[in-house]
Amino acid sequence: MGLLDKRFESENIVITTVEDVLNWARLSSLWMMQFGLACCAIEMMAASASHFDIMRFGIIPRSSPRQADLMIVAGTVTLKMASRVKRLYEQMPDPKYVISMGSCANCGGPYWEHGYHVLKGVDRVIPVDVYVPGCPPRPEAFLEGIIKLRQKIRRESIVKKKLPPVYVEEK
Amino acid sequence: MLTEFAKVLLFLFIGVVFVLGALITNRLIRPHRPNAEKSTIYECGEEPIGNPWVRFNIRFYTVALIFLIFDVEVVFLFPWAVVYKELGLFAFIEMVVFLLILILGYAYAWAKGDLEWDKPRPKFLDVFSTEKQRSEKAEVEI
Repeated sequence: MGLLDKRFESENIVITTVEDVLNWARLSSLWMMQFGLACCAIEMMAASASHFDIMRFGIIPRSSPRQADLMIVAGTVTLKMASRVKRLYEQMPDPKYVISMGSCANCGGPYWEHGYHVLKGVDRVIPVDVYVPGCPPRPEAFLEGIIKLRQKIRRESIVKKKLPPVYVEEK
Repeated sequence: MLTEFAKVLLFLFIGVVFVLGALITNRLIRPHRPNAEKSTIYECGEEPIGNPWVRFNIRFYTVALIFLIFDVEVVFLFPWAVVYKELGLFAFIEMVVFLLILILGYAYAWAKGDLEWDKPRPKFLDVFSTEKQRSEKAEVEI
């Protein structure tokens, strides 16, 4: 009989790996940076209100980037705002994740061709983890984005390189 | 057999090992990517302007001191109020004396004008004008 082999009756003994615990902790307390840029922010607010309730995923809005793990780029990123978004992203402590919400943040949306003032996709300034399509996406689509991000964090590793971005399928 | 002090020593030892272990584990597994942008002061995403260590007006000093005194007074009042019935008249008189001393100090601060907020700025010494100009100016102010 080994040191640990079938020795304990107690249910309080848990065996896990460092990676699993870290990933579990990270995906269960994704504190988000509280800011909205355009109409997608309204859907984000709807998602955080009682009906959709993103707080059940451990997503708490924080007013400072120092306390945030998740940046939700909800809306049109104008060129003027892009430098600010970039700086706010840089000021967040690692590990940090980005959800690009809505067509404008994904690729420029309705401004993709003639919008002289709009950044053609927020991934030109910051690395995006999950893309959520829609103009604006319904809270359900946003929730799916969050679930996709949680699945992605679950697959992460401390030593391996960053995983590629994932996409929410348009239905 | 462990003596009582040996147990304390053991607890101290475990405490030190626990903290060091947590720090070393953190060092091994945490992401560590500092850069200049991350270390800047947070000003809602704007370029920070000026020093974040702003100076407070010296007038806050007296107010803070007076507040502290009466804060501590309330801390003393609570246990006194809890056992008030058992201590009787002596404790009551004792507390009244204590309060009176503090009220005296409060009256002193009030009389000195430390509680007045809208005091004018002290005027700078007027060294450039002549004695005559100064007296004329004083008359105008009166």
